[in-house]
Amino acid sequence: MASIYPATTQPDARQSAGLLSSIRRNMPLSVGLGILWLVAMVLVAIFADRIRPYGITQMDLTSRLSPPGMLKHLLGTDELGRDVLSRLIQSIRLSLVIAFGATLLSAVFGTALGFAAAQFRGFVEHLVLALADFQAALPFLIISLAVLAFFGSSMVLLVCLMGFYGWERYARIARGLAISAGAQGYAASVVQLGATPARVYLRHILPNVASTLIVSMTLTFPEIILMESGLSFLGLGVQPPATSLGNMVGFGREYLTRAPWIMLAPATVIMFTTLSISLVGDWLRDRLDPTVR
Amino acid sequence: MIRFVLVRVMRAVITILAVMTFAFVVLRMSGDPAEVMLGPDVPQNVIEAFRKSWGLDQPLWIQYLAYLKSIFTGDFGVSMRDKAPALQLVLERVPATLQLTVPALILKLLIGIPAGVYAALHRQSFADRGVILLAILGFTIPSFVMGLVLVLIFSVTLGVLPSGGQETWLHGILPTLTMSVGGVGILARFSRSAMIEVMGQPYIRTASAKGLKWRDVVWGHALPNAAVPIVTIVGFMVGSLIAGAVVVESIFSWPGIGRLLIVSVSNRDLAVVQCILLIVAGTMVVSNLAVDLLYGWLDPRLRSPASH
Amino acid sequence: MTPLIEAKGLVRIYALRHGPFSRPSFVRAVEDISLSVFPGETLGIVGESGSGKSTLGRMLLGIDPTQGGEVRFEGQPMPRLGTPEWRALRAKMQLVYQDPLAALDRRQTIATQIGEPLDIHRIGPRASRAGRVEELMAAVGLRPDQAGSYPHELSGGQRQRTVIARALAARPKLLVCDEPVSALDVSIQAQVVNMLSDLQEDNGIAMIFISHDLKVVRNLADRVAVMYLGRIVEEASSDVIFQSPRHPYTKALVSSMPIPGKKLEGRVILQGEPPNPAARPSGCAFHPRCPVARDICRTSTPELRQVEKGRTAACHVVADNAAIAA
Repeated sequence: MASIYPATTQPDARQSAGLLSSIRRNMPLSVGLGILWLVAMVLVAIFADRIRPYGITQMDLTSRLSPPGMLKHLLGTDELGRDVLSRLIQSIRLSLVIAFGATLLSAVFGTALGFAAAQFRGFVEHLVLALADFQAALPFLIISLAVLAFFGSSMVLLVCLMGFYGWERYARIARGLAISAGAQGYAASVVQLGATPARVYLRHILPNVASTLIVSMTLTFPEIILMESGLSFLGLGVQPPATSLGNMVGFGREYLTRAPWIMLAPATVIMFTTLSISLVGDWLRDRLDPTVR
Repeated sequence: MIRFVLVRVMRAVITILAVMTFAFVVLRMSGDPAEVMLGPDVPQNVIEAFRKSWGLDQPLWIQYLAYLKSIFTGDFGVSMRDKAPALQLVLERVPATLQLTVPALILKLLIGIPAGVYAALHRQSFADRGVILLAILGFTIPSFVMGLVLVLIFSVTLGVLPSGGQETWLHGILPTLTMSVGGVGILARFSRSAMIEVMGQPYIRTASAKGLKWRDVVWGHALPNAAVPIVTIVGFMVGSLIAGAVVVESIFSWPGIGRLLIVSVSNRDLAVVQCILLIVAGTMVVSNLAVDLLYGWLDPRLRSPASH
Repeated sequence: MTPLIEAKGLVRIYALRHGPFSRPSFVRAVEDISLSVFPGETLGIVGESGSGKSTLGRMLLGIDPTQGGEVRFEGQPMPRLGTPEWRALRAKMQLVYQDPLAALDRRQTIATQIGEPLDIHRIGPRASRAGRVEELMAAVGLRPDQAGSYPHELSGGQRQRTVIARALAARPKLLVCDEPVSALDVSIQAQVVNMLSDLQEDNGIAMIFISHDLKVVRNLADRVAVMYLGRIVEEASSDVIFQSPRHPYTKALVSSMPIPGKKLEGRVILQGEPPNPAARPSGCAFHPRCPVARDICRTSTPELRQVEKGRTAACHVVADNAAIAA
């Protein structure tokens, strides 16, 4: 017995050690740290309600603008005595939710338009190209400013608006890959079996282009975070009492001289998050898909 | 070639029209400017009179046609707030914005491209890694954070530079720096990857194999070919000379187009916002067009109609 | 007996653009082709590359549009590509491709792909479809344990068996095979061809077998049509064509076929350029390479007409000889 068990378990152990060391060999330290940071952020976002020490509007008027480092308020408090750490945690959740929703929306929208252009060609294709031209003509920040200012800022509108960010990237990829799949090859052969276009695109082309699309989602995600925080900084994104990373920086700016920690805490989180996603995204792209720019 | 130019010009015109329509739709559909401008306590007959004098009582499509007509005749309307012609208000602000964006662009070009090319020619070196790291940092730090951090260091802590306003040239240093950092990062990264790709091409190996001096290979063969992708990104930067300073102007209280836009947007000053949208789009479209044409000239393969 | 599929006067012209400024040149890929296939019959279509045989196959299936003439399947006109009627008709007619790897989705198991026509055309209750897939796999000689494999894990022959199983899943009445074995190793070719032949016999399927390989066509086809530059130049039963070819082009093709145990004798070597569909010669397209061409061949295009019982040919010389014999 004793001689059998080690023999069967040993290869497994060696294999898992090999896996670990191959991860270590193939993944730079920076990417590893990036992944750790992102996992931490996602956990914070998910468990925001549990780990937040105070309510985000709960004021402690006895300790206003108290500096970080105190046990009572680890990251200090703002001008109304609200706990910066609690607000930061809530902001991480909101900013991530907006960015995630918007990234999904723009991926779905862009992919659908790209497929439509590939399927119908002609007029539809020109329309999609014209839309992309339009988007390239107006900086996204300016479009958003105009829309948000005139329609008023609401969460739904903000996410929808952000959802238009970067759609043309997906459209271009989806269109190109769908055309090449449809000209000859698996897509054409499924059409020939009598499949409806919906089946061809959803069951066959989409799974085949998914990895490329996911890689470009990692490129769009940090840009959307920056866009949302920029808008919120200008006072047109997330509105109080809700709080996001950008609007924390925006309000913290008033107290830049007296209480820089109000602004530095969310600014650091924005930086590390976008940096991590960029590093991980670049690494993923190099590994999975060298064809995307 | 003529066909290529015509197609691009057509697309540019269509885009401008689309922007005009977008501006109209967003601004007119989004609420009643009469109430916003006059406040809620104004008697009904005053509101009626206001609407009549601004043409807001007409059906929407008549407003649209009148709007197109006036734009084509160079009339961008009158600011509802200042009662001055919108175009004049906007053009007054252009020099201030250019005072920031043009030096910033020059900085980006002078630092970004050489840094990227140097990194590409010395791959895996310490300098290359440094450039990559700084480049990534440069565009992952949002400009408002960069601006505030610079203010914190140079104005609050060191007290050597002013944190806002436009009085002296010293006031322009921090905003210009803030704006350049991200662009330097993007340009460095772009030039580096363009250069690396070109250096891997067979014709570079041929050129160096046939005994050309390394310097001539780089200057004569590699750089001109790497220029094609770099031109695109530079064209985009030129296009955003007018619109690219919204956040920075807001941080540093710089009285340029960006500040005007934010103020007008919160006052719902239709004419001014429209005018800014059109001018921004116009610059962008013209510079995109220029890039497209330059591209066609740099790379003849793109002239064929199959280039979409 | 009525034909399963019947084509009359089919024409397909491609416009070729060489650049943005040049006038497009026109390639007549298929010109005035009529043919019919009866249930259970195999029609071989042979020709060099560029003869338009693949285009003809796709037109017969309604994948490529016709610019003249019409295709009727079971007496009904072919519905337009992409319409629900066209899609429904796919259950009755299927295509087998030259390159099986390109024709399969690399992200689905072969069992899923073989069963896909059953899902598309909702054939049989859902629960019974797995059984039908097993049956199909056995029929084309795939092992049951390969059901979960992905295309890239299979050999070329096994991939083509997968494509054939998928094509047969909905029990079609017509199978168009476009060079189905030319991408396979020679040793595998015979296996796949024999399998196709058996399956066809067992299921009573009509087949249009497109190939440049005369040996394969001879083994498989009941009737053979020979194509040259978009036109059928000779058509007859397989035995007749290979025993006594009449058209000079067919003669050249058949004379180049190696026969085991026999030296190649009396081989007709074709002169001149290989055919280019973009520069079609006047008159009879074959005349520049034809050993027996006459003046009339340069100016007038010969019609495909019956030259003896059970044989049609498009050649002035053959027609004259037939007239003299009669």
